[in-house]
Amino acid sequence: MLKAFLAAAAALFISAAVHYGLKNVLDYLGQPQISFTLFAIVFIWALFQRPVWTRTGTLLAMTGITLTLGIMLLDKNFAHNLLKPDNAPIFLMIFFFSFFLWISMWQAHNNDRRMEEMLPPEEKETSNQKTWVWPDLVYIEFICMIIWTVVLVVWSLVIPAPLEEPANPGNTPNPSKAPWYFLGLQELLVYFDPWMAGVVLPSIIIFGLMAIPYIDVNPKGNGYYSFKDRRLAILTFCIGFFVMWDYMIVLGTILRGPGWNYFGPFEEWNPHKVVAANNVNLSELVWIKTLYPIGNALNIDWLKQGVPDVGPNYADPGNWLKLLKKEFLGILLLGFYFLVLPVILAKTKLKNFYERLGMGRYAVAIFLFLVMAIVPIKMYLRWTIALKYIFASPWINF
Amino acid sequence: MLNPLRNLKKNIEESQITKSIFRVGIPNTDRKRVLIMLGNVFLHLHPTKVKTSGVKLRYTWCAGGLSFFLFLVLTLTGVLLMFYYRPTVDFAYTDMVDIREEVPFGIMREMHRWAAHAMVIMVMLHMFRVFMTGSYKPPREFNWVIGVVLLVLTFLLSFTGYLLPWDQLAIWAITVGSNMAKATPFLGAGGPGSELLQIGGIPLIHSSDDARFLLLGSKEIGGITLNRFYVLHCILLPLVAIVFMAVHFWRIRKDGGISGPM
Ligand code: HEM
Repeated sequence: MLKAFLAAAAALFISAAVHYGLKNVLDYLGQPQISFTLFAIVFIWALFQRPVWTRTGTLLAMTGITLTLGIMLLDKNFAHNLLKPDNAPIFLMIFFFSFFLWISMWQAHNNDRRMEEMLPPEEKETSNQKTWVWPDLVYIEFICMIIWTVVLVVWSLVIPAPLEEPANPGNTPNPSKAPWYFLGLQELLVYFDPWMAGVVLPSIIIFGLMAIPYIDVNPKGNGYYSFKDRRLAILTFCIGFFVMWDYMIVLGTILRGPGWNYFGPFEEWNPHKVVAANNVNLSELVWIKTLYPIGNALNIDWLKQGVPDVGPNYADPGNWLKLLKKEFLGILLLGFYFLVLPVILAKTKLKNFYERLGMGRYAVAIFLFLVMAIVPIKMYLRWTIALKYIFASPWINF
Repeated sequence: MLNPLRNLKKNIEESQITKSIFRVGIPNTDRKRVLIMLGNVFLHLHPTKVKTSGVKLRYTWCAGGLSFFLFLVLTLTGVLLMFYYRPTVDFAYTDMVDIREEVPFGIMREMHRWAAHAMVIMVMLHMFRVFMTGSYKPPREFNWVIGVVLLVLTFLLSFTGYLLPWDQLAIWAITVGSNMAKATPFLGAGGPGSELLQIGGIPLIHSSDDARFLLLGSKEIGGITLNRFYVLHCILLPLVAIVFMAVHFWRIRKDGGISGPM
């Protein structure tokens, strides 16, 4: 089944490459909606596969990444976009994180296998022994420091630190990008208003990270690598860390050009590229696309009123009522998502989870899960039905 | 042939100067291995013995230690840069050019910049390692929380430093970043709910007192912003980071050293 599917995909890819040219196909596949989906599926699937995390599996994967990047760099547009001096950390990040993902998952699967064979995890073999800090640990640290000193000196000799034109507030570069580690957040600006992407979501990320030790009550997997003992925790963290945070950094660095438009890896950054944005709000979908035709068919005038107008004066309760009417579906959906869904889940699918965590922890945990999930949900709503806001008002949009 | 050398080595090892500096001499006995760890303020961060499983490179990747090492590299190169750099609109950029072109062995800026990027990556990597080994579980919960604070401080240190070259890259990256502050709910002039904060029709939150203004020290990025970011970058944030690192390291010891299976 899987093999047939993969074969079909490969055949499709090759025939498309022959027909349209490989670069064009890759430019097409790089689009956020496609590359995000592919990466998410492959990544999550791979976490469960033991053969992927063996030495051979990783050697193949790392060589694959290196070769692909190397060959892609032969293209002048790709080289131009990727080889900006301040993109050096992106290289480091991609290689580092892939390599250490392997180091950790390899040990995790190795320990899982040992535990299936009723052996303790590898770490247990030596965790009751003690080692002298001098010389063993001190020397390891010393060697690490020497290696990193050499790395930094060579890196500094080879790649000069970027220095552009002197600051000029009158001349806005296009694109203007935040430092690379914030590009994931800048990417979120496509799907969320700045108050969400720039303030609320980062705060929730920080708070959520701090909350991890208090909402993960699973006593297993403390002090050794393992996947089986804590699948939910590892999946959640890795999806957040790799599929969302790191993927979006890479996307924002390499594939976002002037106007924050998508440019394929081999496309030239054309500052005049115009992408028609005809995103619609949920209220328009409700009142214009749905209720209006129904009203037309059934001849009910009330349904044909279009999107109700809400005045900007919040001191006038009339405006609040109008807002309630205009955004009823968005309010219902969001209310259901954040308030009702947690209760339903606690009674059904997540009953065990709820009982283990207790009310307070469960409330925090499920809120964090739902906030994390709303990010891809909104991204997919944009990609499928061009949705702009689930809830739109003169004062706040979501 | 070797004897004179050996004698010299012995003389150096046992001279009053060497002994006065290292107190215990070469740690070639267990007693001395303990004493050297206890007698040296830097080594004293460590215990004298650790779990064998915890010293393995493939367990910790030395990522936490290297985060600290990169912080030290940044402190050193940063101080060297401060000798040459003046945080004013008139001088900041030209000083950058001078550091590259006039200062002998002029790679201090490179070292500082690349080490800064490396530290951001290294701290994220360290967090990933701590997560994958489940080391945030009791009794280390609070040290994880302190770690998250250190992560945020690392981002802030890097972010405030980004402005200092005062080139196009710098001010526009900070513009993008600080524009977000304008959208802070209630506290940003453009943020939702800010109109609600008013007394008798006079708004309390406007573009010259909101969250963005606090960050920039003015309505637009300008000389005062440069000064503000400089002070944050060179004094306040490093001091705060040092305090949190001290707590972080202290807690590693108090929580029972590097984690390991029960
Ligand atoms: C400036 C940043 C940081 C520095 C200098 C630092 C330094 C260290 C060092 C030297 C260790 C000893 C073990 C090792 O090397 O892995 C350690 C352990 C630890 N760190 Fe950090 N750290 C930083 C950031 C963080 C962050 C971001 C987190 C998590 C969010 C974190 C959580 C922990 C925890 C829980 C331990 C104990 C791990 C164990 O016992 O296995 N630290 N840290």
